[in-house]
Amino acid sequence: MASLNVNGKPYQADVDPRTPLLWVLRDSLGLTGTKYGCGIAQCGACTVHIDGVATRSCSVPVNMVSGKKITTIEGLAVNNVMTKVQKAWLDNEVPQCGYCQSGMIMAVSALLKDRPKPTDADIDAALTNICRCGTYQQIRQAIHAAAKA
Amino acid sequence: MNDMPKFDLPKFDRRSFLVGAAAATGGFSLGFNYMPDALAADATPEVNAWVVVKPDDTVVIRIARSEMGQGSLTGLAQMVAEELECDWSKVTWEYPTPGTNVARKRVWGNYNSTGSQSIRQSQEYVRKGGAIAREMLIQAAANEWKVPAGECTAANSVITHKGSRRKTTFGKVASAAGKLDPPKDVKLKDPKDWKLIGKPVKRLDTVDKLTGKQVYGIDIKLPGMVIAAIHDCPVNGGKLTSFDADKVKSMRGVKSVVRVSDSSVAVVADTFWNAKTALAALPKTWDLGENAKVSSATIADMLKEGLSADQAFVGNKTGDAPAALQGAAKKYEAVYSFPYLHHATMEPMNTTALYTADKCEVWCPTQNGEGALAAVAEAAGLPVDKCDVYKVHLGGGFGRRARTDYVTQAVKIAKEMPGTPVKLIWTREEDMTHCAYHPVTQCKMTGGFDAAGNLTALHMRISGQSILASLLPQALQNGMDPAVFQGLTPSAPEGNFGYTIPNVLIDHAMRNTHILAGFWRGVNLNHNAVYVESFMDELAKEAGQDPLEFRRKMLKPKHRAVLDAAAAKANYGKAPKGVFQGVAQIMGFGSYVAAVADVTVSPEGQLKILRIVGATDCGYAVNPAQIERQIAGSFVYGLTAMLYGECTVKDGAIEQTNFDSYNMMRIDEMPKVECIIMPSGGFWGGVGEPTIAVAAPAVLNAIFAATGKRIRDLPLMNHSLKSV
Ligand code: FES
Ligand code: FES
Repeated sequence: MASLNVNGKPYQADVDPRTPLLWVLRDSLGLTGTKYGCGIAQCGACTVHIDGVATRSCSVPVNMVSGKKITTIEGLAVNNVMTKVQKAWLDNEVPQCGYCQSGMIMAVSALLKDRPKPTDADIDAALTNICRCGTYQQIRQAIHAAAKA
Repeated sequence: MNDMPKFDLPKFDRRSFLVGAAAATGGFSLGFNYMPDALAADATPEVNAWVVVKPDDTVVIRIARSEMGQGSLTGLAQMVAEELECDWSKVTWEYPTPGTNVARKRVWGNYNSTGSQSIRQSQEYVRKGGAIAREMLIQAAANEWKVPAGECTAANSVITHKGSRRKTTFGKVASAAGKLDPPKDVKLKDPKDWKLIGKPVKRLDTVDKLTGKQVYGIDIKLPGMVIAAIHDCPVNGGKLTSFDADKVKSMRGVKSVVRVSDSSVAVVADTFWNAKTALAALPKTWDLGENAKVSSATIADMLKEGLSADQAFVGNKTGDAPAALQGAAKKYEAVYSFPYLHHATMEPMNTTALYTADKCEVWCPTQNGEGALAAVAEAAGLPVDKCDVYKVHLGGGFGRRARTDYVTQAVKIAKEMPGTPVKLIWTREEDMTHCAYHPVTQCKMTGGFDAAGNLTALHMRISGQSILASLLPQALQNGMDPAVFQGLTPSAPEGNFGYTIPNVLIDHAMRNTHILAGFWRGVNLNHNAVYVESFMDELAKEAGQDPLEFRRKMLKPKHRAVLDAAAAKANYGKAPKGVFQGVAQIMGFGSYVAAVADVTVSPEGQLKILRIVGATDCGYAVNPAQIERQIAGSFVYGLTAMLYGECTVKDGAIEQTNFDSYNMMRIDEMPKVECIIMPSGGFWGGVGEPTIAVAAPAVLNAIFAATGKRIRDLPLMNHSLKSV
């Protein structure tokens, strides 16, 4: 039995303790906004915040996160009010298929906490998530827009 | 935070709706799935097949084609709304199911979302659908007012009677309109009168993609659902000889172990992780068969033989190229190659299936709704009218999801567990190694000049695999695959060869392997453009001419126009010191495209692509904002392939298994993209694919300008650009 705190709520999941957090979120807790892309920490589709740090949940066993605060894409907007990053994504129409965007938004939200006004070089260094639709240009615009908002 | 927009909470959670509806009716009895506004249960009658107007004036537009990021859902809705004269802010959408389409005599036409065709090949009947609905709504209002319909007009969802100034809304007359006979013929608007087509309106499907609410196939949840992981033989054509289910039956969460085909086995469990873990532990033995002798080297040898083979299919013959080459004052030759590529959609393949003895329902991301339905019926052994497919948004398609192999597998597993919904998810590794790949080809280009340095002859010999031979052998024409000549034919409106040269011969020596070749976004145009546009640069060099000027003299007007536009915007010829430029053009999917790339290459060989200007003439531009995004995304797709894309074969199997061995371009390598959308009217071209083809040659030509190194074999990662 694993205990987790996700988006401010406590959960229990009856899983093998080595199960990656990603699959506990998706299959046990029903939080499917966090996506599976590679399972080996390469693509970033599964990015969540663990105690505020952007982390690839496919590569974190669930027993490593007990007592930690996990935030997923579903927990970003409070009372259905979008965050600055989500709003910038909406205004700049970033998503194409959208599948990578949960992870992108989570990674960028963490980046902006550390660096509220990131340079292009900061963005290049911090954002290593993959988008196969190729929304990178819109992502860069949206990050700068969110930083200004 | 108060100035942040609120997003509407659906009236009820869509997942629970799905669960509820499926539990209550065994599926969507209405025949529509995933409504954006969770309105599926609302049975407002339609005006016609394309349009439902609710009493509150919400306009639901039905979209047959699949949305995988390309934005055609919004574009198609714009087309219907343009003729309907409705209030765009009240527009929403739904996918009619393929089963409903069959039952209604294919009232929504073709469901294919491949070949950049979603808009251009349905534009006329989709606009007519909107126009017919408008006429019916006007007629219903006129009947109510007892006035001639000709005295009434519609705009912004409001119908007005000119004489009496009476007004009503679409929502008020929709149910009466739906009972009228549709007009036999309607006149479509002149393009100059369009108000919505051509406008960069926002997509209809963005919000849920920002909050985690968007449901993709991989997110489907049904009551009592179990999850399957599958392993198919790593070598296509090989067999699964045995597996020992007893060894894993007692592992955590495992429900069953299912032989899916003579080459594949699945483990079904409570969660994907448990299914995948048990599948990895399952002892299996394979008979890899003869194909295990094939490797990239043996394939390359076979292709090389084809470069000089006597027999080849001819796709373009003008004049007498062999004779002209023989008599040429100067001849120049170069050999190129292009590797296998995998689509790597961000969302791995998956399908959820629910089978009972008299019904089979499937939820899946597909580019080919009707093909998926046929696959379901066949795998289930049920008539088509007992099956249906509920489409969901795709986490990328790129041609991969035109195939239905993963749908068939899910149904076969579900058939072993009647009444239990089964979600099959492929691991990334399964996905990478079981695909129909961008075909592998080699190409020998030969050019001949006269004494004055004019190009008088060109022979292009392609040797390589045919997609049709792999996937649709019935479409071959006397053994020939006409699709290999994409962008190379003398006059096809889909994509013709842009250069006027007195003697041209373009032919294809078909050489197939057991590795399936498939439709990979851009298809054959990708390598054809690399070959033609790299070689044009080589010929320009041989002729001692500027690559742009050399091309311009031979290009047909529309091909030249896009290249000129891109060159002008890129300030071609005036790049700052240290920055080098390359150009490329091609025609494909009915559109003319060109690119100019600006690059730097450091002495250590570090390439930086600073900027790419892309120009597109797609005839009519339905939504310029979405076209810009397709162009930028196409550059990423094409450049990723150019930089890193290569699937290699060892012992008959594909070697690359995940993003660690099949690398992807990230944001740090993204050039600045500038778009020129220059629709010249009179034809409908696609935009989701053609630009991919000019990405690589423009950059390769710029690399040559920078370094003098001519890269003839992709990907670039196998080469050094070092000059020190
Ligand atoms: S799924 Fe975790 S990084 Fe790709
Ligand atoms: S939007 Fe499709 S993968 Fe990024």
